[in-house]
Amino acid sequence: MDQPSKASSLTDETGTAAAVRFDNVGMRYGRGPEVLSDISFDLPRGSFQFLTGPSGAGKTSLLRLIYLAERPSRGLVSLFGEDTTAMERSALPAFRRRIGVVFQDFRLLQHLSVFDNVALPLRVAGQNMRQYGEDIVELLNWVGLGHRVDALPPTLSGGEQQRAAIARAVVSRPEILIADEPTGNVDPEMARRLLRLFVELNRLGTTVLIASHDIGLIRSVNAPVLELADGKLNRRARSA
Amino acid sequence: MTKSRRSAPLLPPEAGRDLPLLAVCAILVFLACLSVIGAAGAWQAAGGWSDQLASEMTLQVLPGEDGDGDAAAQQAGTLASGLPGVISAEVRSRSASMALLRPWLGNTSLPDDFPLPRLVTLQIDPENRPAPGAVDALFADAPYRVVVDDNRLWAGAIARASATVRYFAIALVVLVCGAAAAVIVFAARAALSMRRDVAEALHLVGAPDRFITALFQERFFMLGLKAGTAGSVLALLAAAALNLAGGSAASLFFLPSLAPGWGVVLIVPVAAFASGLISAIAARLTVASGLKARWP
Repeated sequence: MDQPSKASSLTDETGTAAAVRFDNVGMRYGRGPEVLSDISFDLPRGSFQFLTGPSGAGKTSLLRLIYLAERPSRGLVSLFGEDTTAMERSALPAFRRRIGVVFQDFRLLQHLSVFDNVALPLRVAGQNMRQYGEDIVELLNWVGLGHRVDALPPTLSGGEQQRAAIARAVVSRPEILIADEPTGNVDPEMARRLLRLFVELNRLGTTVLIASHDIGLIRSVNAPVLELADGKLNRRARSA
Repeated sequence: MTKSRRSAPLLPPEAGRDLPLLAVCAILVFLACLSVIGAAGAWQAAGGWSDQLASEMTLQVLPGEDGDGDAAAQQAGTLASGLPGVISAEVRSRSASMALLRPWLGNTSLPDDFPLPRLVTLQIDPENRPAPGAVDALFADAPYRVVVDDNRLWAGAIARASATVRYFAIALVVLVCGAAAAVIVFAARAALSMRRDVAEALHLVGAPDRFITALFQERFFMLGLKAGTAGSVLALLAAAALNLAGGSAASLFFLPSLAPGWGVVLIVPVAAFASGLISAIAARLTVASGLKARWP
């Protein structure tokens, strides 16, 4: 069983601000019903947690709130101790650059090669390709895509696209890594390998939150589990 | 060792998709440039006419009963040329007066004793014009009648007509630029909608709005530049062709020339840059507002 860092606790023992804090958060799309209600939890810095729940429970909406793709209808969402709900939208990109996201549908740009897709966060951050070229190739080798560096996403299998999406999420060494069903399309061996990558990043200080249905995956790491049902945070437990 | 790489463009090349938009923009620039060239021609022509009118005065010499019209005109010319402010006097012959009437009378010959007015053209120093009424006073006691036609009366009308043409051309250019901007706004919205995946991916990896808008802005600046170059070059060619084909007709009917000089070629870089700038600004504002609407 993989062991994440000791910071995997629900409270922040160091006294520093949590990486993510939700206080009585509610969220609705437009004028529809609340898809999330009264959500309160902390992700301490350097923690490793799972988010689980049935389809439609609100996992993706909760993740969208964390990576600032949505704003809550009520309550408070803070990142690194700063209230993002009241923040000017021009200040949000700087926070987004501190978060790596693995999307369920990958969101790879179809006209860019695997290399260019993975390089996207670094390019946006203004880094020069000379600085990151070799790192990306090394990372792609690590996730088993060393031979597909120049391939376009439509020519990749689902699993390969998922690994490219993971590489893009971790390439800038984000402070928070969010993954929505990151191992849904890969074989068990590759799933274990990707999970090791997440655990390794967590050991290096990255706060990791993985949304997954995969009980096997969740049980393979001794980490807290946030369980959502009908838009409410029902239960907090440890995975093993 | 990694192989040498170049960053791929974040917005995929649209290849043939931009062609209809390029054509519409080029046509709008073409119309705007023709308006500008026409206005410049009208301006220049009006300037020339005004200068000419300001430096000329015409005397109509009407000989009396049994009077010798040519002698009267000659005498009037000699008298007028002695006035301060008159540089010279050119006496037009009877045949010159006949030529002026030919468009109305045809080649019909008039009887020799028909009292045809003779014309005397006075060249005036515009800086030192004869005192008002001085020319009339000169012929108060003459045995023939002289009508003084001070061409300055026409100058005001020409200036007003020229200003109207100019304002009309400016309004036309503003309208055409507005239409071009509206087309670009529409196209930029379509481009953003078509490339929502790019905007979304960039947004979610932390690209600020200005990074995303810059991509579209650059794309549309280049499109505007190409359309501006094509449209202005075509307008220049069209103006030159119109000038060649209708130059004589234009001069006959006092229409402005469409070739106001070699300086008009400057319209190509100016129109190209202006078109690029309008396109870039329209695209930037549209994409920025689209991003704000998508991610408030």
